[in-house]
Amino acid sequence: MASITWRIVSIIIIIYSFIGGLMFDVPKLPILNETVRNLYFHVPTWFAMLYMLGYSMVHSIIYLRKNNIINDLEADESAKVGMLFGILGMVTGMLWAQYTWGAFWSGDPKQNASAIGLMMYAAYFVLRNSFADIYLRAKVSAVYNILCFMILIPLLFVLPRLTDSLHPGNGGNPGFNAYDLDNRMRLIFYPAIVGWCMFGMWLCKAGIKIELLNNEYDQKN
Amino acid sequence: MNMIKKISIVISIVLGACQISWSQNVEMADNFRKEGKIYVVIATICMILVGIAAYLLWLEKRLNDAKNK
Repeated sequence: MASITWRIVSIIIIIYSFIGGLMFDVPKLPILNETVRNLYFHVPTWFAMLYMLGYSMVHSIIYLRKNNIINDLEADESAKVGMLFGILGMVTGMLWAQYTWGAFWSGDPKQNASAIGLMMYAAYFVLRNSFADIYLRAKVSAVYNILCFMILIPLLFVLPRLTDSLHPGNGGNPGFNAYDLDNRMRLIFYPAIVGWCMFGMWLCKAGIKIELLNNEYDQKN
Repeated sequence: MNMIKKISIVISIVLGACQISWSQNVEMADNFRKEGKIYVVIATICMILVGIAAYLLWLEKRLNDAKNK
């Protein structure tokens, strides 16, 4: 029952963010116009990605400590969902960039860094599939997963700040900065992040259930 | 003949009524469509939904594979 409750809550929060995100007042800013509302749709996908990949890393650490294969499955599935949100964030961000920065891809430091991050995680899945033995796979990919997340954080949050970036909060940007994110927007923005993170967990749990159907986990779990 | 006359009168009244209602100011979300770059936001929402649908299709495919093993 509880498992259904939080799934429904996640959908309710997302619907609230859709309705509020399209209808509530937003600051009137030049260039951005109404696309400022993308803050409720594009940005939460990145936060959901970070949440899922962080969750993945935590389970990789737990796997290395406890050697329980279920933690490896959790890490794998949440990384897959994180990848989904990462790709969504990338695609929606490119569309937003076309209409505000003038190009789908302008070599912005944060754009490049997130592309590198996604490729690192693509390599994680390649690495996983190159092992036949599930314990060896779990151990090696857990180590690589921890490494990936540790590189991802500086890539997304440190390096873009050291140079000039089009993204807000990373150098001079006429779009919006921390001061433009007024309280009206926070009212939708933060719940949207929570809703998408919960929805990501939903997808992750569904994937784990499917993986557990595979025979290779039968005797060993 | 009389029947045709009646029908044509009814049709002209209906059409006339329609014309009157069309010429009136009907409340539509015109501003919503005109507002700057709102299409970008709508396209973003559609992309997210398409992405989730693709992920669900993939999950289903994996479920079928696991079942057939």
